[in-house]
Amino acid sequence: MAPPNRRPSYSRRAQYTTFFGYVAGVLGALVGGALLVVSIANPSAFSGLRGLASDATSPVARATSGGRATSMGMVETVGGYFDAGRQNAFLKRELAEAKVRLIEAKAIAEENRRLKGLLQLNDSDTKPVVIARLISSTPSSTRRFATLSAGQGDGVAIGMPVRSPLGLIGRVLEVGNMTSRVLLITDPESVVPVRRSTDGVAAFAQGRADGALQIKLIGLGVNPLKPGDTFVTSGSGGLYRPGTPIGIVASLTRDGAIARLLSDPAVTEYVAVEPVWAPEATQPLQPTASVSPGASPGAPQP
Amino acid sequence: MIARSRFTRPLTDRFRKRMNRVPAPLLATGLPWLSIMLAAVLPAMPIIASAPIMPPLAFMLLLSWRQVRPGLLPVWCGMPLGAFDDLFSGQPFGSGMFLWSLAIILLDVIETRFPWRNFLFDWMIAAAIVCGYLVLSLTFANAAGGGATVDILVPQAMTAVMLFPLVGQLVAALDKVRLIPLVDLD
Repeated sequence: MAPPNRRPSYSRRAQYTTFFGYVAGVLGALVGGALLVVSIANPSAFSGLRGLASDATSPVARATSGGRATSMGMVETVGGYFDAGRQNAFLKRELAEAKVRLIEAKAIAEENRRLKGLLQLNDSDTKPVVIARLISSTPSSTRRFATLSAGQGDGVAIGMPVRSPLGLIGRVLEVGNMTSRVLLITDPESVVPVRRSTDGVAAFAQGRADGALQIKLIGLGVNPLKPGDTFVTSGSGGLYRPGTPIGIVASLTRDGAIARLLSDPAVTEYVAVEPVWAPEATQPLQPTASVSPGASPGAPQP
Repeated sequence: MIARSRFTRPLTDRFRKRMNRVPAPLLATGLPWLSIMLAAVLPAMPIIASAPIMPPLAFMLLLSWRQVRPGLLPVWCGMPLGAFDDLFSGQPFGSGMFLWSLAIILLDVIETRFPWRNFLFDWMIAAAIVCGYLVLSLTFANAAGGGATVDILVPQAMTAVMLFPLVGQLVAALDKVRLIPLVDLD
């Protein structure tokens, strides 16, 4: 292409316009740099602005999110025809096994309830705060955030865990009026205390930003993990309710493993926001009646 | 004068009279801004991605507009458009403002330095700028709390580079829509 004539004209006014355009461009970069420093120092600095923006675009996002699960499901439906016969036989066999297991599980649940009654453990099933949809995400950034179609008005608060029927999705990071921002567990900033579901080997599950989780064992030594191990949240430190499934070990690393997500947010239609889990152990201990205030003069009184 | 293409023919045929007409000023200047803002918002919606898979479409549109029509978007447009992108992209606020402004100035410097360019040269320049943008965005995201490594950018960068000529085509088509003579002068 022939080069355009860069000189706008011999008019002084036009030349000044060009010049001040460049000045404004450089100023824009400087202002952007300054704001960047502010938001790196304090990541929640502009959450109000982001909340407004996602509230404003949420009607469109709600409309598009309806078709997502349907279109994902259609691919699976068409694919299912190709091995329907083999799958049918397999599923029948599995169903027969599952029926037996179900009866066993019912017996165990009954026994569990009885033993818990003996121990006087109060096992209340928590109701989710709200059931909502994930309406958008950040597909081109390396940070993994999603937007939830429920906000402050629905009772959502910062820190609440978000899960699907299949497992943990993330936790609420910022709350807007009608929408809120969820930190997905695949974000590198998300660290979830987990344990192996079979024997309780404790570990941390950290996001890797590529859709998988890095399982880091707490006890160093011989790596006891095997591909196929299932991890659930351990609940230590509070926030995440214990026993929520999170991932399956896919491959081993030197100090842990890489786990596949159990609940892929891409194919989940509805998610549940749960209240923040605060175990009794993290509550400050109340002084018991038997200890007189004079016994420990240095202890702060609540 | 606008070229007749199969994209714009149905629209232009509605206005048989071609003389004494000019493009609508709002559309002629506003369409680049609108297209970039839509590209910042819409790709976030159809999927809930658990990995960075989408190329940075809004940024690629910005580069294309500056390459196809230099001077149509002002030099300072990186700041407002970058700020708008930051609201939705998940990057720390300010990252887009900073990088988009720098990219436009860089593109201008290259343009004055190499006045004779061809398709391949434009493509390679844009590819280099997009790759640099992705790496710097990753650096800023990591500084604000992330911890991802560069290797997760590889599929995204490859898609972006391969897709860039198509974005250029899209911009060329939008440019024709922009210049449809809609306003009557008499």
